[in-house]
Amino acid sequence: MKTVRVLVGTRKGAFILTSDERRAAWTVQGPLFAGWEVYHLKGSPVDPNRIYASQSSSWFGQVIQRSDDGGATWNTPGGEKIPGPYDPPGGLSNRFAYEGETGTHLWYDGTQHPWEFKRVWHLEPSLTDVNTVYAGVEDAALFKTTNGGATWQELPALRKAKGHLWQPGAGGMCLHTILLDPKNEKRIFVAISAAGAFRTDDGGASWKPITKGLKSQYELPDPDADVGHCVHNMTLHPSRPDTLFMQKHWDVLRSDNAGDLWREVSGNLPSDFGFPIAVHAHEPETIYVVPIKSDSEHYPPEGKLRVYRSRSGGNEWEALTSGLPQQDCYVNVLRDAMAVDTCASCGIYFGTSGGQVYASADSGDHWAPIVRDLPPVTSVEVQVF
Amino acid sequence: MTERPRIRVVLPAHLRTLARVEGEVALEVASPPTICAALDALEARYPMLRGTIRRHEDGKRRPFIRFFVCQADWSNDSLDTPLPDAITTGREPLLIVGAMAGG
Repeated sequence: MKTVRVLVGTRKGAFILTSDERRAAWTVQGPLFAGWEVYHLKGSPVDPNRIYASQSSSWFGQVIQRSDDGGATWNTPGGEKIPGPYDPPGGLSNRFAYEGETGTHLWYDGTQHPWEFKRVWHLEPSLTDVNTVYAGVEDAALFKTTNGGATWQELPALRKAKGHLWQPGAGGMCLHTILLDPKNEKRIFVAISAAGAFRTDDGGASWKPITKGLKSQYELPDPDADVGHCVHNMTLHPSRPDTLFMQKHWDVLRSDNAGDLWREVSGNLPSDFGFPIAVHAHEPETIYVVPIKSDSEHYPPEGKLRVYRSRSGGNEWEALTSGLPQQDCYVNVLRDAMAVDTCASCGIYFGTSGGQVYASADSGDHWAPIVRDLPPVTSVEVQVF
Repeated sequence: MTERPRIRVVLPAHLRTLARVEGEVALEVASPPTICAALDALEARYPMLRGTIRRHEDGKRRPFIRFFVCQADWSNDSLDTPLPDAITTGREPLLIVGAMAGG
């Protein structure tokens, strides 16, 4: 029987939730990196025992952790203890240095502000190489390691895509979404708040905004602006990587030509504001969002925690409520805090700002909490092996 | 060979966990013994601490880190100021402290 492992990042450490594929009984491991913010951890598709974690702190900065045994033990790649105090220094796994002239971007007040590294928001392991990982960071940039996290190099061409016009969203100017095209290793999609969505077709040597069709009339004065849109999350189904789904600050959208043109599919959602968006593991036109009331009221409409599912790729949505609180619920679900598993009956998982991690083993029809009282959840990822 | 000063360093709890040490750390420090020399020795022995006390980009103290020397706050002094005998003889530890800022 297969094992399902849910990797949970929180404001005060990481947790690993493990079950068999019945997903009825769970064990809880953690907190790992107790007291630190863990924005994201994710396993390698090549080797499920290889897991990368982003551990950070306002006091002590950024640390990259790596496990080679499924989360049982962890190490700081490139930061291993060396034999003597005067031996050459080890690696620099935690160093994220922008390439070339750092430059400036738009600040909240409309002035220009220098780029400053703050933390890693998202780690995206390669689909083909266990030692290659992409990191999305704040202030927004894309980094890559090819040695298992020992050292990281920026892919600097991204910031040349009108970086001086990018601006921080309320959560910071973060590169939070990295989608690797499983059919074209040279193609990568990224999303940045509040800069927009971008695509490279040459492995990161050049990038272009992919925002045509997005409308942000309350945030951007220029209706034709190609950067500055506050994209919250994007996803794709591996079998159809030219079809992208997006949860924007407001609006849920889809593109069927790799982001060249978007159209809104918010349809009958009670609110088209939200953070995460996910696609079913076996049904490329079945997608999930968690509507949030507004950008100033980060909780579900009417105090009812509802996942909305569309089986038609958008526009027609149904509320999934069985097992979820339907009164007095005022939690939020962050952009990296929803994931799907690849079991025969697709599992859906999401974590909340109230510390609950909910799971459904039947594509969202029924839900139950795996845990109820973790620190605020920042990210959820799932492995099946 | 000249004997190097051996000083005691107390780390914040989170950095002790990261470096996988318990209690104080004893370090041989290059002469003249300064906070900078102590941090060089600390980071050489525990490379995972690089960037957690001093910023990678410019080597400056991270804003929420403080250095206490013999009951005095040296955080805004030059890192190259020679440490007093009480530290260099190991009578007193160099305290590296996370600023009191909630969280």
